[in-house]
Amino acid sequence: MSFDVNEYYSRLNGGDVLMAFKGNISSELISNVLEVVESRMDEYSESSKIRKKVYNVLVESLQNLYHHIEVLPPEMEAVFDERFGILVVSRVDDKYRISTGNFISQEKVDVLRNKIDKINSMGKEELKDMYKFILNHQRLSDKGGGGLGLVDIARKTGNRLEYTFEKYNDVYYFFNLDVYIDFAQ
Amino acid sequence: MEALSIEGTAKTPSVKFDGQEGVIEIKGRSIPENSIEFYKPLVEWLEEYSKSPLVLTQVNVQLEYFNTSSSKCILDVFKKLETIQKGKNDVIINWYYEEDDEDMLEAGEDYESIIRVPFKMIEIVE
Repeated sequence: MSFDVNEYYSRLNGGDVLMAFKGNISSELISNVLEVVESRMDEYSESSKIRKKVYNVLVESLQNLYHHIEVLPPEMEAVFDERFGILVVSRVDDKYRISTGNFISQEKVDVLRNKIDKINSMGKEELKDMYKFILNHQRLSDKGGGGLGLVDIARKTGNRLEYTFEKYNDVYYFFNLDVYIDFAQ
Repeated sequence: MEALSIEGTAKTPSVKFDGQEGVIEIKGRSIPENSIEFYKPLVEWLEEYSKSPLVLTQVNVQLEYFNTSSSKCILDVFKKLETIQKGKNDVIINWYYEEDDEDMLEAGEDYESIIRVPFKMIEIVE
């Protein structure tokens, strides 16, 4: 049975939601989302420390989506959008949660899963060393991605990257990533 | 040589590179999706400046936010400054961070550990 993306989106889009979006992930969309979330956090009179952390992590999450999103084939584009992604920013218990979702080709699943598991197994100092190593040794892709986004998110939040891969069809999985930022730092 | 001056936007910082004064400033937000394009003229300017730099070059970096795409380009800028320092001219990088912004302080310390140029961490107290 194929994964129900809309049902999953509705499930995320409940409770204390600052921003929810599903559709084409473009540079303009990223600018708009950042503006909305920034002003919403002002309404909550969030401390500047937390506000900055959420903003930073949101930038990386959105740009990760932007850089890695796969252009969908016509039969899926008819249902979704060409560069389809999901974003929900909400407050859950005593944390901010940034959820992102996108389709990923089956053959890329293992590499991504291994990368996240490796990051999750690392402590603060190891993440710092990994960040500095990639910063100093890996070149930017043509699109400007640097392979640093997830490491940076893990470092800044100090929390595990929670994820699932749900089978959509024979070619695609749906990748969901939940990033948590604690209110108290 | 001609100064380089770029106005800031919601996603890119303001830039003032003054070769006469030996003062280089990057301020604001640096969060473009692709930072290569933005930083290219900065690195090229420094390439030219490094041929005949002042005895002392002062660098002021005061960023509110920067993304990981920018972090590599900022490293490229710093590597150009490192070549000036190696050529027996002094460079100092003033890294500004807002009070309580430990992430920004830590980011400065990351660069300090990679680049052989003296850094001065300066806390901005409101």
